[in-house]
Amino acid sequence: MTDAEMTKATSGFKLPFVVNIEPRVDNPPKWYSPMLSVLAVVFALLIGALVIWLGGGNPWAAYSHIARYSFGSVGVLSDTMVKATPLMFTGLACSLAFRMKLWNIGAEGQFFLGAYGASLIVLLPVLPEDAPRWLFIIVMIVSGMLFGALWGFVPGFLKARFNVNEIISTLMMNYIAIQWNNYFIYAVWSDHGFQLTRMFQRNAWLPRLSDLAETMPFFRGLTTHMGLVFALVAAIILWWILAKSRWGYEIRLIGDNPRAAEYAGISIKRNIVLVMMLSGALAGLAGMSEITGVVHRLQESISPGYGFTGIIIAWLAKLNPIAVILASILFGALILAGREVQPAGIPTLIQGVIMVALIASDYFLRNRVTITRRQEV
Amino acid sequence: MAKEISGNEQLNVVSMLGVSKRFPGVIANDHVDFVLRQGEVHALLGENGAGKSTLMNVLAGLYRSDGGTIEVNGKAANFGSPREAIEAGIGMVHQHFMLVPSQSVTENVLLGLDEPRFRMNLSRYNKKIEEIAEQYGLHVDPAAKIWQLTVGEQQRVEILKMLYRGAEVLIMDEPTAVLAPSEIEELFKTLRSMTAQDKSIVFISHKLHEVMEISDRVTVLQKGKVTSSGIQTKDVTRADLARLMVGREVVFRVEKKLVEIGDTVLSVKNLKADNDKGLSAINGVSLTVSQGEIVGLAGVAGNGQNELAETLAGLREVLDGEIIVNDKDVTNNPVKKGIRQGISLIPADRTLVGTAPNLSVTDNMIMKNYDQEPIGQGWIVNSTEANSYASDLKEAYEIMVPTIETSVRLLSGGNLQKVILAREISSEPKLMVAVQPTRGLDVGAIEGVQKLILAQREAGAAILLISEELDELISLSDRIYVIYEGEIMGQVDDGDIDKIGQMMMGARLEHIEKEGVA
Repeated sequence: MTDAEMTKATSGFKLPFVVNIEPRVDNPPKWYSPMLSVLAVVFALLIGALVIWLGGGNPWAAYSHIARYSFGSVGVLSDTMVKATPLMFTGLACSLAFRMKLWNIGAEGQFFLGAYGASLIVLLPVLPEDAPRWLFIIVMIVSGMLFGALWGFVPGFLKARFNVNEIISTLMMNYIAIQWNNYFIYAVWSDHGFQLTRMFQRNAWLPRLSDLAETMPFFRGLTTHMGLVFALVAAIILWWILAKSRWGYEIRLIGDNPRAAEYAGISIKRNIVLVMMLSGALAGLAGMSEITGVVHRLQESISPGYGFTGIIIAWLAKLNPIAVILASILFGALILAGREVQPAGIPTLIQGVIMVALIASDYFLRNRVTITRRQEV
Repeated sequence: MAKEISGNEQLNVVSMLGVSKRFPGVIANDHVDFVLRQGEVHALLGENGAGKSTLMNVLAGLYRSDGGTIEVNGKAANFGSPREAIEAGIGMVHQHFMLVPSQSVTENVLLGLDEPRFRMNLSRYNKKIEEIAEQYGLHVDPAAKIWQLTVGEQQRVEILKMLYRGAEVLIMDEPTAVLAPSEIEELFKTLRSMTAQDKSIVFISHKLHEVMEISDRVTVLQKGKVTSSGIQTKDVTRADLARLMVGREVVFRVEKKLVEIGDTVLSVKNLKADNDKGLSAINGVSLTVSQGEIVGLAGVAGNGQNELAETLAGLREVLDGEIIVNDKDVTNNPVKKGIRQGISLIPADRTLVGTAPNLSVTDNMIMKNYDQEPIGQGWIVNSTEANSYASDLKEAYEIMVPTIETSVRLLSGGNLQKVILAREISSEPKLMVAVQPTRGLDVGAIEGVQKLILAQREAGAAILLISEELDELISLSDRIYVIYEGEIMGQVDDGDIDKIGQMMMGARLEHIEKEGVA
């Protein structure tokens, strides 16, 4: 071609291809966004492998160990599901709020309040000790959701009424929630001075698969509890609300352009409060299901950060309630089997890298990257 | 490659030959030739989506071309980034400014440069920038913060940014779209002083009269192809350009049928409201609009027109006075109630208010009736109904979009406005308030929008047309009110442009008539 291009091409080393990056002018294909999520996970696993290798370990052995101890048998699979259950709820809670661009960082606190609300039924007591199990479950669900919703209402109301930044308020509410529970664990319901309450009586426990072992021996020792069913139902309901309902449409519209929503006659303030309350109620359910399905008492360390992990899960699932289920199972496995490999460190690192990779991957949704062969001069 | 030397002794600073640029499904530029000579204002004319901005984005390094050759000052160039382009002396001022509101003019100009390295010696740079501003008549205080500046001043900062970086070629992407008439004059002066100092300017526009006024030569694009390359502006007429641009004859006068004027639909009495800053914006406005009538509201931007439109739709609080629609008091009604009563608003800002950019065409179409049968059924939104409703509207209003699933942010201005109009008109409004419905649209699209508004008048709607385009107001309206600082200066029935002009500057009709008699 021209002289100028010739000198440019011959001077210095050139890759045999050109990477072009341009802003997208069309919608990316439907499979594109899920693929990015999967790639983010793969990328995070590769980084994790690199770190394990640098530390002198064998990444392949570590990962196959994780896989074996999370999906390798019915027993461990059941344990994975137990870990995934609260994550599903908190993931759903975050997905809902994030759809409206409400940054609810307070699922952790709402989780604790949900646990408190459920414990209240047994420990206050609200119901007599020998009340039927079904009644316990229903009342505890309602109470757990109510307390979670209350913890969502406060920042929601503050934002709607006084335009208080919900990121700060929900984050701060987390600390209040944890101390609130501590007060009751240490002072009010302390079991013989220990920092935990008494064990709930059995009719206040969520049914587990192992309860069925007498008739079906296959289920012996399986800890998966009814909370999983609730989580799946919640995911389907939330999906329906977001995709099919009038309210879901309003949420999407407000999330994308609040001024357009206002112009369409939709009350933004009302929806901020409602969405924060439902988000809080879902996170509250996580606490309720964890306390009645797994721990069976109120104590200090009931959450290894389920509420915060919910944020990552929501992003990984691209705020899609059905995808939240899959993402939660993955994270359940990481939390459960990760402990087998290393109590902290690599599994947490992988979570973090997934989050960063996900946020970075938005770039590829907005831009088109093409790699073309460098034209011969 | 042989350099193309025209008979003119002027140097070709940019020559783009056979440049093509494809996007999925569309060819934005199809073998486009564009030659820019030194010291000229070269207009790039075309409808929205004709490929004007794409072509210039290729030149400015934002897009890569798929074919063709580009030469800058006789050297082959295909810039990989805006930085490379500006190093070669090509700077682009985009429609949407890229400025940091909380920082000063100087800080914005220096942003991203290698100098100053660490210590910001702002006062020294203030002087430098003032010198450049002086040289080209770009009046702006270098120490002022961006948020304190008017839109016109902000644009000057964008130009300064490019000049400071040593731009010899300045690409202006629809620079007048955001400016008031007086600011446009100012801009044209600046452009002329720049060409006098041997800078070259590409002026992207779809406004014919501006192109006629400012440009030396014109290149016209239509659907990605050049219909006329570099003709002398003085050799062509406005009608010629319109034909080249649209591909057919364009009627500048609209056909207005005789419509019988019916009952009063809107009656506003002594209305008062504040603007966003809490200052009085409308101060005792009274007006009426009847069935089958287009009533224009003329005024310089920012005299309370937007606030008036918002109070009518229920989006802004009425402090005093009343709004009656079809004998019902709708003062401070909730927005939704107004929608149900047949009040429709075409907002001034299509992207900020009128649509949700990332949602689909369908979702944007159903914004006003998602909770009404048959689309809204109890708690649910029936997506089958919604989709068929949206595709019907897409057909009826000839909205050019691949599918109704497409996000509306990918639509051109004209198509976006059609989405809004389709939505508003299909609700069969009793009262339609249209704010600047044709702003930023090209000739072909303006014609379409005006026809739709006239059709509403024939259908018996009462229409309040708020516009800054006097030509449009006079040709469409049955009568015109003029607003100045939140007060109605008077009403004109005969489209007397002089009277309207005087009232827009704050003279009351009574005074004008008195002086006329005297």
